[in-house]
Amino acid sequence: MSKQQQHWEKTRTLLFVTLAIWFVFSIGIFFFGAEMEASSIRPLGYPLSYYMTCQGSLGIFVILIFWFANRQEKIDEEFGYTEREDD
Amino acid sequence: MFKGKFIDNLPKIYGTYTGGFIVFIILMAIAEQAGMSAKLIGIFFVAFTVLIYALIGYLSRTMQTDAYYVAGRQVPTVFNGMATAADWMSGASFVAMAGGIYFKGYGYMALLVGWTGGYVLVASLLAPYLRKFGCYTVPDFIGTRYGGNLARLSAVIVLTVASFTYVTAQINATGTIASVALDIPFEIAVYVGLASILMCSMLGGMRAVTWTQVAQYIVLIIAYLLPVFWISNKMGAGVFPHFMLADEVARIAELEAQFGLGEIKNSAADLKQVPKGLAGITKAHAEVNTTPWKFISLAVCMMAGTASLPHVMMRYFTTPSVKAARRSVGWSLFFIFLLYSSAPMLATLSKLSLMDPNLATGIIGKSITEVQAIDWYQNWNQANLMFVSDFNGNGTLELNEFFMGGKAVVLATPEIAGLPYVISGLVAAGGMAAAMSTADGLVLAISNALSHDIYYKMINPKAETAKRLIVARVLLVLIGFAGATIAALEIQGILGSVIWAFDFAMSGLFFPLVLGVWWKRANAQGAVAGMLGGLIAGSAYLIAVRSGYPGFWGVTQLTFGIVGSLVSLVLMVVVSLMTKAPDAATQRMVDEVRIPSGKAILGKQH
Repeated sequence: MSKQQQHWEKTRTLLFVTLAIWFVFSIGIFFFGAEMEASSIRPLGYPLSYYMTCQGSLGIFVILIFWFANRQEKIDEEFGYTEREDD
Repeated sequence: MFKGKFIDNLPKIYGTYTGGFIVFIILMAIAEQAGMSAKLIGIFFVAFTVLIYALIGYLSRTMQTDAYYVAGRQVPTVFNGMATAADWMSGASFVAMAGGIYFKGYGYMALLVGWTGGYVLVASLLAPYLRKFGCYTVPDFIGTRYGGNLARLSAVIVLTVASFTYVTAQINATGTIASVALDIPFEIAVYVGLASILMCSMLGGMRAVTWTQVAQYIVLIIAYLLPVFWISNKMGAGVFPHFMLADEVARIAELEAQFGLGEIKNSAADLKQVPKGLAGITKAHAEVNTTPWKFISLAVCMMAGTASLPHVMMRYFTTPSVKAARRSVGWSLFFIFLLYSSAPMLATLSKLSLMDPNLATGIIGKSITEVQAIDWYQNWNQANLMFVSDFNGNGTLELNEFFMGGKAVVLATPEIAGLPYVISGLVAAGGMAAAMSTADGLVLAISNALSHDIYYKMINPKAETAKRLIVARVLLVLIGFAGATIAALEIQGILGSVIWAFDFAMSGLFFPLVLGVWWKRANAQGAVAGMLGGLIAGSAYLIAVRSGYPGFWGVTQLTFGIVGSLVSLVLMVVVSLMTKAPDAATQRMVDEVRIPSGKAILGKQH
């Protein structure tokens, strides 16, 4: 496998992991709205369903993007595809 | 004071600007104490901020194509994040969102999840790759990746339909705020709003829009957060409302039960008296009140729409590198998060202020005549945003007898909670900033696509720079006027048109963009079929549902993008596979796009 194929392979794996986490917190958990509401897990005292829509999922997305960007930069570095700063 | 290049001095410049703005707020507060009228404070706030934006727009004037189209590709990560956040958060986010949460609760919050979750798709699927491509506009990418004028033209059509639907709503919002703050009729205010929008974008294109958007973000975030924190502290609900309102949310549920929410229904005859556009509280504040599919389908449409809206995507063309584009998406979402996570808190504080009899501001349970005598009630009643009526004739105001417009939650809450008027003036300036910044981005996205993709790439490829930029500006003004003219007709509400815009963009552009990067086999025929087929299928479904067709799979007029994008995906895959694979050069181009280093596909000046 060429260097570029390997790079793309890793990039794709990272994409799938990122999208899987995204799916859980943007779609997956909202299949269980009623269960979340009844749950005894109450972050900061809010009902779980309410908390996830107000802050929980939103905050996770912010962290997820920065995590993704870091991982992708590592992959690019590993294969020497980082841009020159003066580009 | 500022040595060296503009870009190196950004933190200092915007730091000074923020400080100056805070001083201005304090001066206004002092002026209010000294007896300045509320009217005058409102005028000062809106006029002062708009003049600053116009000044920035003028200082950023340019005659170079890469400055005009992509701000010279040198906008630093964090600042691009702020600009994107302002570009993104429209009048709907600023003025209408807290109101939507106030009235519809959990079901409405699907928009919050959708409008933030979409950025994960932007960061992982599209933005870095389109940045590497080096295009000026989104159709520029489609046209070069798939090849051929037909693909380019189809992309311009989808872009125009989606962005134009969106921009009329934003010009409408600037008009509404300008008419209230400056006390002029709406039909004229719309054009005042338009003039402010054009002043920011006409001379400097993307460069001017970038630097005004950063300034607008600073105004709008201060205008949103200050009242939320102030009210929360005044009420004793908590110094940091986002983490401390659990008791208040529980208290609202208690009051809802006490006031018989959902048990006492208004008769149709009673509801006839209520002015159009106002609503009462009919849904519980924090209860799960919708089916999973309704919630998820709306969220999915908003997420895919986010990843397909050209005015957002083109913000990432302005960063210095692919790496910066990726990080910039994270910063954008962070800055958006600051406002979005505050909207539910504002809705909670607003509702509790009105409902709780233990608070001085509570009106439910008071006598009707007493409420009708309150100053702010009279003002907002006159503005057609508030209404009470004693349906059951018992002389006291019941929960089901109080009605409010969606905009009032953001605009009137500071006054209801007893904050000085200076805060209301600030909120008006914030709303104006939010609507203007989005309108700027949208008008520019449309006119850039028409001037670059239609005029330069298709009609007159030999046009010189000066001529291209003049065409771009003429188109900008024309589109602005067309938008304002339609906005003045007030066909559709602000929020409704915004949601439609997402569905249109998703129907026509989501899969052609994503597959352009992630599926090498996708070709021009497939892309054209996907764009046009998706747009037509989505629009047809919308029209059918609007004219009485019951629809299928629970897809409503707010989620028609699901139908459009599925048709788009199927057509694109089937047609691509039935026709010839893209040539070797195109395949190499896709390979090249997938790695950050190396030259951009399209040159610096094209």
